[in-house]
Amino acid sequence: MPQYGVLVYMPAPGDPMKISPAYEEALERYPAQVEELGGRGVAGYALQPSTTATAVRGGDFVTDGPFIEAKEVVAGFFILEAPDLDVALKIAKLNPVHLDGGGVEVRPLFEPPAE
Amino acid sequence: MSDDGRAEAERAVADAHRREWAFVLAATARVAGDLDLAEECVQDAYVAALQAWTRDGVPRKPGAWLTTTARRKALDVLRRDQVFRTKMPLPAEPDEVPMDRPGDEAVPDDQLRLIFTCCHPALAREAQVALTLRLVCGVGTGDVARAFLLSEPTMAARVTRAKKKISAAAIPYRVPDAGELPERLDTVLTVIHLLYTTGHTAATGAELVRAELVERALGLARMLLVLMPDEAEVRGLLALLLLTDARRATRTDARGRLVLLEDQDRAAWDRAAIDEGGRLVQGAFRTGIAGRYALQAGIACLHATAADYAATDWRQILWLYDELLKVWPSPVVALNRAVALSMVLGPGAALDDVDALARDDRLATYHYLPAVRADLLRRLDRPGEAADAYRAALELAGNEAERAFLAARLAEVTGL
Repeated sequence: MPQYGVLVYMPAPGDPMKISPAYEEALERYPAQVEELGGRGVAGYALQPSTTATAVRGGDFVTDGPFIEAKEVVAGFFILEAPDLDVALKIAKLNPVHLDGGGVEVRPLFEPPAE
Repeated sequence: MSDDGRAEAERAVADAHRREWAFVLAATARVAGDLDLAEECVQDAYVAALQAWTRDGVPRKPGAWLTTTARRKALDVLRRDQVFRTKMPLPAEPDEVPMDRPGDEAVPDDQLRLIFTCCHPALAREAQVALTLRLVCGVGTGDVARAFLLSEPTMAARVTRAKKKISAAAIPYRVPDAGELPERLDTVLTVIHLLYTTGHTAATGAELVRAELVERALGLARMLLVLMPDEAEVRGLLALLLLTDARRATRTDARGRLVLLEDQDRAAWDRAAIDEGGRLVQGAFRTGIAGRYALQAGIACLHATAADYAATDWRQILWLYDELLKVWPSPVVALNRAVALSMVLGPGAALDDVDALARDDRLATYHYLPAVRADLLRRLDRPGEAADAYRAALELAGNEAERAFLAARLAEVTGL
């Protein structure tokens, strides 16, 4: 089954301790919904707010903050196994981060070609 | 082998290419599990057909012959290279039954799978359009590139990138389920409509290619209606294309100048297309839920069946625009509604609406807005303001025929 990285974006700084009660409650139900739609969460993590991020450029140039300055930041990610993109997108649409003004990006994982 | 046999085979292959490409590719793709492989095998099958049909005569069912040949080629490749399926997955239920029975035919669903895959919302609009022309219509990449005024390498890269995404992201080769269908179908209809309008009002050059785009769009709409006979919006789209196209020959004069609807030679309109379009509109409206294509077709139908411009049922058209705005709240629709309003209540009433629309950023570069405004001001006998508006429209218009028309009107209101 194809695997996808699902990047969860939230308005900066994306603090997991400050998500809305509605989002928190919906998150409880999410894993069951993923299974129900035919997907499987392989692994997933939430990140500390982007104010705790440090970017390293060109091998040694260190700056405070996320790699790309934007209104939205990656607040977490998970690896999703799904039969195809339609199922993965159905699962992505149900991700409750939209309740807090966020969204997700779905990207297939890279598999090195055989040989 | 005789020259006659060769010529007949060539004709039959060209005919099968135009009429059965989608059918053959769609059936092959399900077996191949990969669009690239399927396309290659179908191309090979057409090459093989020319030889075989010259030698043995044209088969009774050319499409079935091509499908069987292309599928057999695909199965050969898959057998030779068992890792292929895991390397380039196109998620679809593979056929368990071997496909090499002669006369084995594709089910209509195959063509729908192909169309819905090419028009998947995860692909950019321009990729959807390019893939549809390339894979569903079998148009060569060079011709697709010319139709969109791009270089062939640019278009080839676009098609390749889209195919790679289908394969890498595992976009399924499947007809969407009932819950997703309305939204997904709307994308397909948008792509077909875009193909048509690109052909109908291309900004510059290449007449012939554009006529072909119009034919392709009509062909796609017809094919879709055969595949989805119960979808009112498919009926609506085909009706809209037919009713618009019925007037194509009269849109410009012998010297390529734009002719307004009110001045077009109605006797030269394609009556057969108007009749067919009219029947389709009625069929679409009978379902009780008229979508945006059926509503636009309804408007086109009232224009096409009016004895002349003044006798047009503008009240009914205005009502249809009101309905259209409900399902499709677009400023372009609102602008067209304003034109209808001017015919019912006069140019003064419409001018207020147009001025309000002028504040909408989405219409900032839309040359029809100042053109409509100019026309209303001209009718209100305010030539100075009309001239300014014609100049504004001229600055934004790219199509030569439209520019010439605007320049002529400008000369008229400035009395030059």
